[in-house]
Amino acid sequence: MSGSILAMRGMTKRFGPLLAADSIDLDLYRGEVLALLGENGAGKTTLMNMLFGEYTPDAGEVRIRFPGGDEEILPPGQPQAAISARIGMVHQHFTLAENLTVLDNILLGTEPLFSPKRSRRRARAGLHRLMETSGLNAPLDVRIRNLSVGERQRVEVLKALYREARILVLDEPTAVLTPQEADSLFAAIRDLLGDGLSVIFISHKLREVLAFSDRIMVLRHGRMIGEMPTSEADAGGIVRMMVGEEQARVDRTVGKPGAPALGLAEISVPASRGHRGLFDVSLTIHEGEILGVAGVAGNGQSTLAQITSGLLQPGQGTISIGGRDVRRLSPARALREGIGRIPEDRHQDGIVADMSVAENLVIERLDSPEIQRQGILRRSAIAAHARTLIDAHDIRGPGPQARTALLSGGNIQKLILARVLEAQPGIILANQPTRGLDVRAASEVSRRLIEARDRGAGVLLISEDLDEILTLSDRILVMHNGRIAETKSRDRAVIGAMMTGGAAA
Amino acid sequence: MIDILQIFLSESFWAASLRIASPLIFGVLGTLLCERAGVLNLGIEGIFVVGAMTGWMAVWLGAPLPVGVLAAALAGALFGLFHSVLTVPLGLSQHVSGLGITLFASSLASFAYRTALPQVSSPPRIEPFRSLDVPILSDLPFFGTVLFQQTALTWLALIMVGVVWWIMDRTPLGVALKAVGDNPEAVNAQGLSVIRLRMGAVVAGSSLMALGGAFLTMSAFDAFFFGMVNGRGWICIALVIFASWQPGKALVGALLFGMFDALQVRLQTEAGALVPHQVFLMMPFILSIIALVIVARRADYPRALLTPWFRGQR
Repeated sequence: MSGSILAMRGMTKRFGPLLAADSIDLDLYRGEVLALLGENGAGKTTLMNMLFGEYTPDAGEVRIRFPGGDEEILPPGQPQAAISARIGMVHQHFTLAENLTVLDNILLGTEPLFSPKRSRRRARAGLHRLMETSGLNAPLDVRIRNLSVGERQRVEVLKALYREARILVLDEPTAVLTPQEADSLFAAIRDLLGDGLSVIFISHKLREVLAFSDRIMVLRHGRMIGEMPTSEADAGGIVRMMVGEEQARVDRTVGKPGAPALGLAEISVPASRGHRGLFDVSLTIHEGEILGVAGVAGNGQSTLAQITSGLLQPGQGTISIGGRDVRRLSPARALREGIGRIPEDRHQDGIVADMSVAENLVIERLDSPEIQRQGILRRSAIAAHARTLIDAHDIRGPGPQARTALLSGGNIQKLILARVLEAQPGIILANQPTRGLDVRAASEVSRRLIEARDRGAGVLLISEDLDEILTLSDRILVMHNGRIAETKSRDRAVIGAMMTGGAAA
Repeated sequence: MIDILQIFLSESFWAASLRIASPLIFGVLGTLLCERAGVLNLGIEGIFVVGAMTGWMAVWLGAPLPVGVLAAALAGALFGLFHSVLTVPLGLSQHVSGLGITLFASSLASFAYRTALPQVSSPPRIEPFRSLDVPILSDLPFFGTVLFQQTALTWLALIMVGVVWWIMDRTPLGVALKAVGDNPEAVNAQGLSVIRLRMGAVVAGSSLMALGGAFLTMSAFDAFFFGMVNGRGWICIALVIFASWQPGKALVGALLFGMFDALQVRLQTEAGALVPHQVFLMMPFILSIIALVIVARRADYPRALLTPWFRGQR
């Protein structure tokens, strides 16, 4: 290991029949940012969890070189050892106790457990210094549950830095951040590289990877496929490496709008705990069109999605389906009326994680005679149905009877899409359908939505990804502060201004 | 009406409230420790019985009273260890394990009692804790009776409120316990052992519960009867919700229940001719349910309560 501060050799990990990591080698050098790229389920997170001792590898070793030249092989499966070797990890899913303050979360595990009191003053002073030098700020005495995701992300990074991490692992750090938050996070971390910090960075966002990393490693199906300096990389080449073939790009095609499919007229919802209010929102989705709703997260998009899928009743206004007014739209009614729902939080609202893939595929049509007869489930029909959909939608995982929780995010989304599209819905509500998905899975989802539109479905596409809105939408609405406005413009700057409250163009 | 006012003004009413609350204080604090760490302990009812039997038995066999208290705590810790092994590293259902512990522990306690005393018809008595006559303080008007003529075990209960509060609120251990009941992954990612923290909390909490039982045979009464725990453990499970898992409020909850119970005894004698006495017996439970309905809607459950944690699971 010439000059590297970290060398992982032959890292291998199995989950049941799934070979999540297959003898992967990785070197990290002082002061660099190494980007790990790969599709969902390629093994990036598994590899990092082995580094941090969260998973015990089936084979392989992690070797650390300290500044003095000493080497140490990390004992497997011990986060404490990784922390002592000054490895810090920022997980994709935050590891914060929400009932504790920022300060308590950062100090957790740094003080001797059985000391009769907490020694806060020195820690507080140290943290203030750290926040100043790193440019990452967080309110120390506020409970985590009262922080935004961006602030929580900064707390995670501060937690690692407070423990003087030399190697910082960032697992999809920007998945939940606004572009501004992401930029300031990167700027802060860039500053720390000069002080000897090295970063391993996992992301799906090629733009970020190209802008922020020094070196790129690509994983596919648990194997290391290749590596290159970022300066020599181009986006097309990386995508080819990730998915193993030239990616069919999603091209903008135009729909042929027909009759109104779903209409909202002057819908208002008072704001309350848990959701933002809506003010006088009117919109119409026609058959055969994709209506894009752009906007920064938290401007009422979730409320809009809840209203249209019957999860929330509007305070005022009417909903009409196919031209008829619907007095009270319930989730069951929405399903009957042919509204297909792709929820924003696919893990929470899209599947039942402990149920099998086959069961999740039929969960919205349990009353169908194909699925049950006189209240008895037809297991073999359900299994056959699952195999058909798994093949048709290329849902990868341990199989139809496996717990759905074992699937990667992209494959869970494919499952939800398969379930929704099978019902041939006249209306599809797609809320952040590609968030957190890799390039291939995202373009697959986009392609399916276009197919459904061309078949005659009306699609409401809610997305924070402006590129996605611009590529897919036939018409574009912009949400800001619970209000909605249509724009004819396809200029990023114009729409961006509307998203932050500027005048409509 | 005047009668009720007189009840509230009497020293003996308040002294009785605190006395009745004492075992509940131990029980709620024990429940609080377990649940803050993310483990429901429905073994409490049985652990009360074991504590009551063990403490009494140790003294009856000749041990001094403090040794009896220690023996009860130790017995509770053992059953806590059993529950924690089943629910923490093995991750079994906390409901099933807890109810199993309750059945097992109360039966075992009764069995041990019967085995030791096969013949007796009236339960043998021990010399229980006497009220602490603190010089000067015990002679104070009102507070002298209410506070300073209680037994050492009541005082231990009050001290434990302070101890548990100090641990939860003022020490790194308390921070870690609260974290492990909210998001065990946060604790694991910071290099602490989820398993040890949770098991430790259940063991410590269970020994507190056993002290609640010991109070019954070593302070409130002087003998062990079958069925003497009589649902006090279950009350603690409800009271900890009322207390929002905070030691100070746990004390308030236990005292409230103690007051209801002391009140119903006195109302029975006042109005016993008019209303069947069962109505008064129900009163503390009904009032507790009403109090819970009011408070529990906003209850802030430890997020990871009932959720087992396994290393490296996806």
